[in-house]
Amino acid sequence: MGEKIMNTVRSSSKVVERREFVAKLVKEIPEALIITSLGSPSYDVFAAGDRAKNFYLWGAMGGSTPMGLGLALAQPEKSVVVITGDGEQLMGIGSLATIGAKQPANLTIVVLDNGHYGETGMQRSHLSLGTDLVAVAKGFGIQDAYTVDDLNNIEMVAARVKARNGVSLAQVYIDTNEPVRALPSRDGVHIKNRFRAELDLQPF
Amino acid sequence: MDTSVMDVQQKWQEAIFNELKKANVRQVSYVPDAGHALVIRKAQADPEIHDIALTTEEEGVAVNSGAWLGGQRSVLLMQSSGVGNCVNMFSLLRSCNFPFFTLVTMRGEYAEFNPWQGPMGKVTQQALELMGITVLRVSDPDKVGEIVNAGLASAFEAGEQVAVLLSQNLIGRKSWVRK
Repeated sequence: MGEKIMNTVRSSSKVVERREFVAKLVKEIPEALIITSLGSPSYDVFAAGDRAKNFYLWGAMGGSTPMGLGLALAQPEKSVVVITGDGEQLMGIGSLATIGAKQPANLTIVVLDNGHYGETGMQRSHLSLGTDLVAVAKGFGIQDAYTVDDLNNIEMVAARVKARNGVSLAQVYIDTNEPVRALPSRDGVHIKNRFRAELDLQPF
Repeated sequence: MDTSVMDVQQKWQEAIFNELKKANVRQVSYVPDAGHALVIRKAQADPEIHDIALTTEEEGVAVNSGAWLGGQRSVLLMQSSGVGNCVNMFSLLRSCNFPFFTLVTMRGEYAEFNPWQGPMGKVTQQALELMGITVLRVSDPDKVGEIVNAGLASAFEAGEQVAVLLSQNLIGRKSWVRK
């Protein structure tokens, strides 16, 4: 049986270009600690320029947002941003309830939503099969959840990152284009120790 | 359950919490179990500890790793069934060599009433070891504090990935009939 078509719940038909959006956002938040999910979000953030304050996941699908929670609680004076994709966020969807319960004021979740699993051949994800992520996030207690469909909204996202006065989730509508791959280091130990050094922490 | 059994349980659970405090653990994430009840209550009451209620145990593996990235020690409390939920997320620990400490209350191994606990409980240790996690086990209530202390040292001083299994005989027989 074919997949159910035309069941998207998008509130807008506009999209932003993913690389441009990520590059401009990262430029606005130079102090932020950024965790990226496996696949395209890691490539997008790396393509914007490698930073020691980036932690790139290459696996652990579903882990980016709970990892952001642990980091945000450990570093309350820093802005923590998780940049993930719709498929990865869906696998860790329960973590939004966990985050809703803790309300970490310095955590911002950015979900790059193309409604598809880009890494595996563009199969549709639940975000183009009927799930309304903003409604889900609000239902889990992340009241400041909203969609982004225009590059002019970047300042809105960046302002929340810098303010650190409440957890928020931005569902960013993007296209299903696949930019040239930009591959960050796959050495998790190196990336971890480099990240910790930025916080004046010892290796390991 | 008679009072003396309750006292013994309270004592070893207090020993766990004391060790977590001595080791400067600042985050305690959990999917609840009766054997963790006192530690969870104490974590919730402690202003220096973030208690984190999880929807599934694998979130805790990622929370612990995020906490370590940010310089805090974090531990995960779960039941043996939860180990199965964590398996792929454990790859995060080995890929990045994150220190990791978890306390696992065992089911399916001693005076178990519920056969559905058996399949995961009987392979909990192997599942952890398959994913490269060192397993310590404690069955004697008087040794709980010492073993937890040793596990915390291996995790946070030597950077290992460690699970301490709390045998089902410590927790006792579950009463299935509400009186």
